[in-house]
Amino acid sequence: MKARVYVSLKPTVLDPQGATIKSALVGLGHSMIADVRQGKYFDIAIADGADREQVSKELEAISLDVLSNPVIENFQVELLD
Amino acid sequence: MKFGVVVFPGSNCDHDCWYAPAKNLGFPTEMIWHDSSTLGDVDAVILPGGFAYGDYLRCGAIAKFSRVMTAVKKFANDGGLVIGICNGFQILVESGMLPGALLRNRGLKFICRPVDLRVETVDSPFSAEAAKGQILRMPIAHGEGCYFADDRTLDELEAEDRVLVRYVDNPNGSLRNIAGILNEKRNVMGLMPHPDRACDPLMGSTDGAVIFNSMAAAFAAIAK
Repeated sequence: MKARVYVSLKPTVLDPQGATIKSALVGLGHSMIADVRQGKYFDIAIADGADREQVSKELEAISLDVLSNPVIENFQVELLD
Repeated sequence: MKFGVVVFPGSNCDHDCWYAPAKNLGFPTEMIWHDSSTLGDVDAVILPGGFAYGDYLRCGAIAKFSRVMTAVKKFANDGGLVIGICNGFQILVESGMLPGALLRNRGLKFICRPVDLRVETVDSPFSAEAAKGQILRMPIAHGEGCYFADDRTLDELEAEDRVLVRYVDNPNGSLRNIAGILNEKRNVMGLMPHPDRACDPLMGSTDGAVIFNSMAAAFAAIAK
């Protein structure tokens, strides 16, 4: 089993990197670009035989405690088969 | 009064944080390894600047799980004085010992230069020897120093007089010009500028000394 955890800045938090990328894209002539927000993701391999529900529960906890900072970031866990 | 400086893998101001109290101000000061489960007999803890654990994941995110931080948290809960400078401030917010977060500087640049700070409160063991409104000049050296917290937290910090120092000329986009804050009990303080690099006349400013001297005075008052 594999999992992917997406971590992104909350909408209320300024993202100067995203803003810089956006203005570069607009500068390149892609005038339809209205906004860019930069985030990251973690690809996580799960050991064989793990219980899907347990994996899901632990990944939520890991994402909250370690992979994201809940003061500034949101996360989303995806289980991939 | 004995200071203890925590050394994480990747700390690079640990020696500055030792030199300032030990050599410039004459206080006994020792190093504490990040893997230590005790703080020994120190009376105040300094979390120094640098890049603890390479700043991997987020600044301070791995350091908060190091063994010594359990001891630091207990020390703070028991009323001990803890100061986090630069990366040390980032570790304190990551570990929840101070509110908010430190984001990438608004201008995306690493900034390394002296700045002016205004002392906003002298009701703290870190600033009691300073004067309210006094301007302190000390260097900043950070890429992620933009202080962020939601409006409610910011209002609370101001209402409870917990903003210790503000930038006179905001270099990094920090909300409400905040450069350093206190916890609720006022015994934990974090700031992005470096008082440790402003204690020796050779460094161009000795304004940082008032922070360490305030801590020593506060400790002496408690110990009496």
